[in-house]
Amino acid sequence: MPSISFSPNIRSHVDVDTCEVGGDTVREALELVFSTHPRLRSYLFDDNGTLRKHIAMVLNSEPVHDRNQLSDPIQPDDEIFVMQALSGG
Amino acid sequence: MSEQIFIGTRKGLFLCERNGSGWKHSEAIFPGVPVPMLLKDPRSNFLYAAAEHEHFGTKLHRSEDGGKTWKELESPVYPEKPDDAPLIVDPWRKAEVPWSLKKIWSLEAGGPDQPGVLWCGTIPGGLFRSPDHGETWELVRSLWDRPERAKWSGGGYDFPGLHSICIHPQNADRIAVAISCGGVWQSPDGGENWEQTAHGMSYDFMPEDQGGADPESQDPHRMVQCEGSPDRFWIQHHCAIYRSDENGRNWKERKEATPSGFGFAVCVHPKDPDTAWFVPAQKDEERYPVDGKFIVTRTRDGGESFEVLNQGLPETLAYDLVYRHALAIDASGERLAMGSTTGSVWISENQGDSWDHLTAHLPPVYCVRFG
Repeated sequence: MPSISFSPNIRSHVDVDTCEVGGDTVREALELVFSTHPRLRSYLFDDNGTLRKHIAMVLNSEPVHDRNQLSDPIQPDDEIFVMQALSGG
Repeated sequence: MSEQIFIGTRKGLFLCERNGSGWKHSEAIFPGVPVPMLLKDPRSNFLYAAAEHEHFGTKLHRSEDGGKTWKELESPVYPEKPDDAPLIVDPWRKAEVPWSLKKIWSLEAGGPDQPGVLWCGTIPGGLFRSPDHGETWELVRSLWDRPERAKWSGGGYDFPGLHSICIHPQNADRIAVAISCGGVWQSPDGGENWEQTAHGMSYDFMPEDQGGADPESQDPHRMVQCEGSPDRFWIQHHCAIYRSDENGRNWKERKEATPSGFGFAVCVHPKDPDTAWFVPAQKDEERYPVDGKFIVTRTRDGGESFEVLNQGLPETLAYDLVYRHALAIDASGERLAMGSTTGSVWISENQGDSWDHLTAHLPPVYCVRFG
């Protein structure tokens, strides 16, 4: 099954471990994680359902192609990594 | 007098308490995270803090034990924009005003007869109400849906911001809010109906016949109401200091304000409506103390005259700015606290006659509130 993991900074706010997920797209995989960790949603998406601009979604070491719908298809051996961008001041 | 001060900064929340050796502040709570707004609810003693994560958005937290432990609450969430809702763009920037939370910019408790009711003002201009100590929030559509909102604009931020909420101390259904830049709106009935009441304010850089006196476009930087004399309001406006003796209506400029009518912060004595404090600055885009002399001004006669208060404040050139929520007075009317953009915090035990410098080393201070 595809796996999804999150950067330490995200996990410092929401206790979510690396897990195996189902789904056919990155979006579907994320929704499965939200079903068990609902508080995670607002950390990754704003109240319009838009992926926050500082959140980076990586699929097999490459940025996802579709940041709007997260429709990138996933395969059983795929690895999704979610992290925050490097910014601040 | 209140023995607790809460300080929201660019890099976290600090609790400040007085013991035998004076005032001491804590380590940062939410370290590294901007905390633009705080509330100590006098009814429940719960403490609320907005944590504005740069990467993860704004979160609201509540502490029921004075800041020792915190619970993350649901943040105010804008509803999905209906298909038939009009497109509203910022009049100056021509960018669509989003139905999306950008900043929690004010938090106030409802009346003593409304346990659990909280009000929250936001950028891009929405007012939210919680009936249950912040567990859930609902956008006040009666204000958000006003067609006049199309004339509201951002001031220092990209979109309009609701930064001041005044709940009438004897009738909590009477609510006044101030918006940069959207004037003053008042509700007589708990938020069901609203009326613009910024009449009397104007910009000194825009002719009145070009919209300079349009109430809908006014930029009140901060509005406060005297608890003991609630018909009296004060506003530190973008261009001047204003006073209302008619429950937030018919605003009159206090032309005697020196050295500048510009600033962000104002607070009023809780019992004496004629006594109020300001921190003047150089306008327009400069925004530092006039001539580099950092002072507080105080009027004791309703704005007929202003005293300069500088004992204990920097004697050398200083470039501190005090943001709109970073000057506070406690319930006794004796103690004031003030934080600046350069990370200094001062406390006065005598209505501003003199100031003690608590620290010069905090992050930029966004808000100061007494416990």
